[in-house]
Amino acid sequence: MSTATTRSTTPAKRSFTAGASEYINDRTGIAVAIKGLGRKAFPDHWSFLLGEVALFSFIVVLISGTFLTFFFQASMAEVHYDGSYVPLKGVEMSVAMASTLDISFDIRGGLFVRQMHHWAALLFVAAIGLHMLRVFFTGAFRKPREINWVFGFILFILAMAEGFTGYSLPDDLLSGNGLRIIDGMIKGIPLIGTWTSFLLFGGEFPGTAIVGRLYTLHILLLPALVVALIAVHVGYVFIHKHTQFAGPGREPTNSVGPPILPIYAAKAGGFMFLIWGVISLIAALFTINPIWNYGPYDPSPVSAGTQPDWYIGFADGALRLIPPGWEFVWLDRTWSFNILVPLVAIGIFIGLVVAYPFIEAWIKGDKREHHIADRPRNAPTRTAIGAAGVTFYAGLWAAAASDLLATHFSLTMEGVIHALQATVIVGPFIAYFITKRVCLALQKKDREIVLHGYESGRIVKLPGGEFIEVHQPLDEYERWRLVSYESYQPLMIRPNARGKITLGQRVRASFSRWFFEDRIAPVSKGELESGHDGHH
Amino acid sequence: MAQDDHSGTELAAADSSHAVQEFAGSTGTAVIPHDAFENPGFEPHRPRVTDEDPRREKRAQRTVYTLFYLSILGSVWAIAAYMLFPIESNDVGAVRLNNMFIGLGATLALLGIGFGAVHWGKTLMTSAESIDIRHPISGSEATQQGAVEVFRQADEESGFSRRTVIRNSLIGALLAFPLPAVVLFRGFAPQDQIPVELLSHTMWAKGTRLALDPSGVPIRAADVTIGSAFHVIPEGLIDLEHGKLEEKAKAAVLLMRLDPSELNETPDRASWSYDGIVAYSKICTHVGCPVALYEQHTHHLLCPCHQSQFDVANHCEVIFGPAKRPLPQLPIAVDDEGYLIAQSDFTEPVGPSFWERH
Repeated sequence: MSTATTRSTTPAKRSFTAGASEYINDRTGIAVAIKGLGRKAFPDHWSFLLGEVALFSFIVVLISGTFLTFFFQASMAEVHYDGSYVPLKGVEMSVAMASTLDISFDIRGGLFVRQMHHWAALLFVAAIGLHMLRVFFTGAFRKPREINWVFGFILFILAMAEGFTGYSLPDDLLSGNGLRIIDGMIKGIPLIGTWTSFLLFGGEFPGTAIVGRLYTLHILLLPALVVALIAVHVGYVFIHKHTQFAGPGREPTNSVGPPILPIYAAKAGGFMFLIWGVISLIAALFTINPIWNYGPYDPSPVSAGTQPDWYIGFADGALRLIPPGWEFVWLDRTWSFNILVPLVAIGIFIGLVVAYPFIEAWIKGDKREHHIADRPRNAPTRTAIGAAGVTFYAGLWAAAASDLLATHFSLTMEGVIHALQATVIVGPFIAYFITKRVCLALQKKDREIVLHGYESGRIVKLPGGEFIEVHQPLDEYERWRLVSYESYQPLMIRPNARGKITLGQRVRASFSRWFFEDRIAPVSKGELESGHDGHH
Repeated sequence: MAQDDHSGTELAAADSSHAVQEFAGSTGTAVIPHDAFENPGFEPHRPRVTDEDPRREKRAQRTVYTLFYLSILGSVWAIAAYMLFPIESNDVGAVRLNNMFIGLGATLALLGIGFGAVHWGKTLMTSAESIDIRHPISGSEATQQGAVEVFRQADEESGFSRRTVIRNSLIGALLAFPLPAVVLFRGFAPQDQIPVELLSHTMWAKGTRLALDPSGVPIRAADVTIGSAFHVIPEGLIDLEHGKLEEKAKAAVLLMRLDPSELNETPDRASWSYDGIVAYSKICTHVGCPVALYEQHTHHLLCPCHQSQFDVANHCEVIFGPAKRPLPQLPIAVDDEGYLIAQSDFTEPVGPSFWERH
């Protein structure tokens, strides 16, 4: 007992929390993590919340989905419906459909949870999409975050897969038609299509297996992957520390913001409840996916104006935009280009999305870490490429509603399709050029403001009779926000060590010229001084 | 580090020297200007109204706890709504009330906590910002060397790159072992069925009567007036024990009667119709949706999924949309009792294209 520690000699009166935290720490060593992370700075900007929206809506999806699994039965066995919803009484339908109706009409609060689940899923995918746009347009994918961009991208794909599998589970008319379309698309894939469809559906479409199989994917395999990837994705946010916008005191080598405990925890934790509250409000007031109006799946009827959930729209739209006749028999086999072209085009599009950070890094050759987020205008070519991508996606997406556009605005079906075909092909170029010009103009305006100050609105009459507006110079903090960015110049082709100019060099140089030919450099100190001395 | 009143500036200056040391690496084509502006350091801290005015602070405090109490009220209300608005059997209105009131209670519970916590964070918690110093993600030189050394030592001790036969045989084994698992996927579909066979045939056969969908009542030719359209299934389909939907997904047919003068029939198919009555597969040749919309005065069929349009007057050839092939025609005739019957099965596979189709 001679080695009695200070702990045992302290007075017996200790608070419960102190005792509890000591008990836990002695067994987990969690103090290391709390000391290391508890006061971590978390940079603040409204756009940084988009990823959190995704995370928080996913939590709703997870919890509400677990509740639904206790009632949903993923069986395609035929039953005669005998629940509370009178119009469908006695109608033959699958157990999956009947149990979904029971959740909606016979379990108190069941419809609420089902609608929370669906609305939260829609929000989940939307928030991921917006979050990706934020990361793209601010260059937050640059080293060291390229790999986390890939993880995030995979999460986006998984979220859409989760959405589609979930959408298909109730086995109602609309989801059955969605599966029919998937079946038709798979069958159009050369060589493996027919067998892939046959294996997926466990025989002929629709078969009696698909709902059960999608259910396993929907509640086991895909969520496990999503949870694991979210852990990795968020883990890397901690390891990399969050990016921040340029500002006074913000450096590439620091991270400035409210500490995680308590402010960030209060704000982000509160924000989580706000997101949940908003989802809950929508679920309380707005119906989604009223399968009781559609009825059970039957291959024969379909209603006009069929729409998938929003995030599948771009793929559906791509199918609609193909002109007539893109299918051939060649070598005694059917080549369905009306299906292959959309698949390949979408494949290339999302391939470019996932590859973009690596392409830009290769063009720039910049091997430094980047932690200061770009203002979109300061990377004009990237921003313009992003705008082109958004336009392409939006064109495909709008095409998924081509029939509704035609009926609502009294247009011809053909006119809508032709206009959207033009949008998808020409639109990205127009968006590219407009965006690039706007970015350059904004950069010029920034230079103007730094050099000559902002318009104060004060008009002064000079002794000579001339009226001028007084320009107010910026303070140093405001100025720093406008000048603290880096610009890049086009790559000069130089022979390598063996005196050769490689093809890779040439390609890189031409990309580099495309990216950085129009370059507006930030104002330097010298420029500002000479600007004040000399001319205007 | 320095005097208090300049600490921000001093910090910034110290950090930019870090920047040069820590994030070294090729700058690529970035332009590093010689006389760029220096970071002016942090702006002076601006206190909030709640920092300066005790009455505002009190009010903020009241707001926060009121919101939290409202949240409790919302939770209680949601529980009460569960009991107060039961779902009466056969009453859709009760479902709506149950959904709405439980939902609004939950919303109040959640938003109360959310707004309260955010307000607390924004108005009452100390607003000083933390500053973390970033270090290169790659770790220190020594750490990297240490990692390399671990691999080198592991390689040395195991002989992984030295004993090439062992290594290569292991790689081979690792590549081969998942293959049986891939083969297992064949069991996803019945072993005794060949998809191409199934896709090439439907339930229609010589003499099968055309019946109404969904009732299954056979159709007399005399009942089909000019301009009308019927959704049709083969007679006997609704009595099938198994595979009803699978058969229906192939055999669904649209029956229309046009004025025979408006029907442009090729000579080889002239006998496939009966007095202006024609029957076409309802399954779109694009990706298989039911082509359910018939425009009577133009004789056009429209697929509601991807808007392919087919011209019934011209053997349902595609006039617009992504489909390529015309809808397959079902040859029909009339039996002794005046009912419409099929002359045979479709003469080609119906529905979406597939690889082996030719």
